[in-house]
Amino acid sequence: MVGKLLLRGMLVGLVAGILAFAFARVYGEPQVDKAIAFEEQQAQAAGEAPEPEMVSRATQAGIGLATGVLVYGAALGGLFSLVFAYAYGRLGSLGPRGTSALLALLGFLAVIVVPSLKYPANPPAVGNPETIAYRTELFFIMIVISIAAMVAAVGLAQRLWSRLGAWNASIVAGLAFIVVFALVKAALPDINEVPENFSATVLWQFRVASLGIQLVLWTVVGLGFGAVVERVVAVRDQRGSARRYA
Amino acid sequence: MSDTTFAPTYGPVAIPVRELLPWAIFAGLMLMLMIYFVGAEEGATSLIRGTMVHEFVHDGRHLLGFPCH
Repeated sequence: MVGKLLLRGMLVGLVAGILAFAFARVYGEPQVDKAIAFEEQQAQAAGEAPEPEMVSRATQAGIGLATGVLVYGAALGGLFSLVFAYAYGRLGSLGPRGTSALLALLGFLAVIVVPSLKYPANPPAVGNPETIAYRTELFFIMIVISIAAMVAAVGLAQRLWSRLGAWNASIVAGLAFIVVFALVKAALPDINEVPENFSATVLWQFRVASLGIQLVLWTVVGLGFGAVVERVVAVRDQRGSARRYA
Repeated sequence: MSDTTFAPTYGPVAIPVRELLPWAIFAGLMLMLMIYFVGAEEGATSLIRGTMVHEFVHDGRHLLGFPCH
């Protein structure tokens, strides 16, 4: 059963990756190009020799971008299917499509939106190469904390469910999640390495494009996965209940 | 299969943890390794010499929100 879910998850993730690649090509690449133009202009003004191009821009923006987004999409879909395999039947009486959509919404919030409020995506030219290890560490710490807080919030909602009802239990758990995030946001160090005269418009549009790519990925995975596993899951549920009530 | 309905009267049946665990560990690790290569290889840490992987997935890494350079 888990193998069937995993295969379907990775395939849906691959499809999500193809759509996200198209989105990235149209909305993301123009911003990357502008950021690289700024970077080169700065280097030239400082009298530095231009960096040797190991991989051409066309490759980076084409097959390179496609590889990155597709591999990421397939991996996301696969991990999503494993979380689904655990959550299904453990989140109240939600069916496969409802479970998938809810997980994608919570996952998108916990893995992407909340961490990016603290450490947003940055275009080329933004970020000091000497702090890459430090920034990568904080980035992943933020994601781990955010996921842990979301798991705890879902657990809290379930515990309060019978006493407060679904709506109120979810609101209380949501508030608890926001409080944890506010504390973590205040506790972790800020990073701001945007060069002085970097275009605010390019930065904004780059970050919106980056969030848009993730929104495409998570939406397609959340809605698509539920649709493609509905039948296999239903067959298994039916067998399971037949066994139980035989 | 013809008797499968999509307005089921039975509830969802959870997958037992002992059935899920081996998948979660092995597939989970493999999938996270895939994300690692797109998102972090030859950045903060490096398993392969050089910067080819980094340069190749460069645009995706930036646009997917990973710290880069």
